[in-house]
Amino acid sequence: MEELLNIFVKSIFIDNMIFAYFLGMCSYLAVSKTVETSTGLGIAVIFVLGITVPVNYLLEYYILKKGALAWLLGDAASSIDLSFLSFIMFIAVIASMVQLVEMIVEKFSPSLYAALGIFLPLIAVNCAILGGALFMQEREYSSIAEASVFGLGSGVGWFLAIVGIAAIREKIKYSNIPAPLRGIGITFIATGLMGIAFMSFMGIKL
Amino acid sequence: MKGLRNYIDKIKPNFEKGGKFEKFRSTFDAFETLLFVPDKVTFKGSHIRDSIDMKRTMGIVVLAVMPALLFAMWNIGNLHAQSIGETWTFWEMFGFGLLKMIPLIAVSYIVGLSIEFMFAQIRGHEVNEGFLVSGMLIPLIVPVDVPLWMVAVATAFAVIIGKEVFGGTGMNIVNPALTARAFLFFAYPSDMSGTKVWIADLAQGHGIVDGFSGATPLANAAEGAMNKLPSALEMFIGNIPGSVGETSTLAILIGAAILLFTGIGNWKIMISFFIGGLAMGLLLNAFATDTNPYMALPAYEHLLLGGFAFGGVFMITDPVTAAQTQRGKWIYGFLGGFIAILVRVINPAYPEGVMLAILLMNVFAPLIDYYVIRANIKRRLKRVKA
Repeated sequence: MEELLNIFVKSIFIDNMIFAYFLGMCSYLAVSKTVETSTGLGIAVIFVLGITVPVNYLLEYYILKKGALAWLLGDAASSIDLSFLSFIMFIAVIASMVQLVEMIVEKFSPSLYAALGIFLPLIAVNCAILGGALFMQEREYSSIAEASVFGLGSGVGWFLAIVGIAAIREKIKYSNIPAPLRGIGITFIATGLMGIAFMSFMGIKL
Repeated sequence: MKGLRNYIDKIKPNFEKGGKFEKFRSTFDAFETLLFVPDKVTFKGSHIRDSIDMKRTMGIVVLAVMPALLFAMWNIGNLHAQSIGETWTFWEMFGFGLLKMIPLIAVSYIVGLSIEFMFAQIRGHEVNEGFLVSGMLIPLIVPVDVPLWMVAVATAFAVIIGKEVFGGTGMNIVNPALTARAFLFFAYPSDMSGTKVWIADLAQGHGIVDGFSGATPLANAAEGAMNKLPSALEMFIGNIPGSVGETSTLAILIGAAILLFTGIGNWKIMISFFIGGLAMGLLLNAFATDTNPYMALPAYEHLLLGGFAFGGVFMITDPVTAAQTQRGKWIYGFLGGFIAILVRVINPAYPEGVMLAILLMNVFAPLIDYYVIRANIKRRLKRVKA
């Protein structure tokens, strides 16, 4: 239980997808104009990460990893290594999950669907999502519970980052920013400053 | 004085629109408003008329920092005398510290103000008094032996990246002084921590007395050497090693009184910051074990240690970067104090958490405001419907 809490807090604050790894920057920069739409996208990312990471965990440990097929083929499986397929399998899972999210959002909140536009289907190629799956592979979590908690935590961390920058962007909307920096430029600078602030958590061991 | 006024009036037309030196209008304007109270008045709309303006606001903050600065000058000399094992008179100590502080303050002001003037000229806005405070705070939150070029680089970074690119005074999202400190901390960690940098000339190895340690109380506490901590009274008075201006809680409290009495500093943020720190301290006390004696440190001593008081009085109350809503201010201050102590005790990477906690709250202040306003809208809508 303690281990799960540890992973959760760590993936939100210490290994934050945006501020520690700078993953998922494209939709982070593009959709963060208002808090409202970025809340919607953030929740979608939490949902997708929370489901795809454990699903990919199952794929990894029961199909892809070296010798993972033992439950099906017995001893003959020990030489089978399908991990070269992991990228394509992970992406397939993610893409189908995003399709589901898209249908749900379109059905229940057409206004959010319109506001997110192309960036909703683009969650499928959001590097934070694939990054989540690959980090899960690399860190070798010991159970599906750990993988799900990691997925949810990463999603929450991403959510926190995007609503934070969205609130800042709403605040500085009418500031007299030098013309070449308006829009994306100042967002990058603000993200860097947020990254400095987030360094306060780096090094914490729970 | 009258001659000066006449002279300024005489050369003024040159700087107005169409004049010879029209380009230097903002520089001229800055010096004129610095020397005299400007006679400009608001000319449209209805406003509350008050003599408080940016110049006076910033002036009061600089005044409030003075006790901490003067104490710091004495303390620099005091600690230096201790480290070389001599007994100095009060004025020797003070003079020594004065000579150490003047270059720091001068560098911070010269670099910061020249960048401000440059930006004002190029972008055609007025030079604001905002940097008078940041420029005074930067020398107070660095170790005394920090190389001057580092102060210059950090000040330049803070003024350009922290403030001017966001549109200048009043538009920044993070506190410029803290940005400078964080920049120094991450860019030159070896000059910002350790046991040497806190005492003047100790790094050069000027005859150190046996048994004298320049480690800050926080560094000792982080290593678990709780018996080396100074007494609570010493921490309150402040004759201990640390960043220049942060050591004396007493001097900072005098500054706090000035800020609160004049209404420049927000009492809600200040109080909630201290409550937050105290709450986290008590929480840690409750979970303290024998293996981690730091967690058992009495909560009130946390408030006296390190930069907590300085941050709570001068940094987190910065009206530009703080939360703007009233309820938001409580949340903002409380979380700031809470996280500061959490990082200080739990995170082994940094001995002090105040700087980063306040930066973190700066970054999230707009979000706090957003949710407070949203909640307010929701509540009032409900009232209308009912």
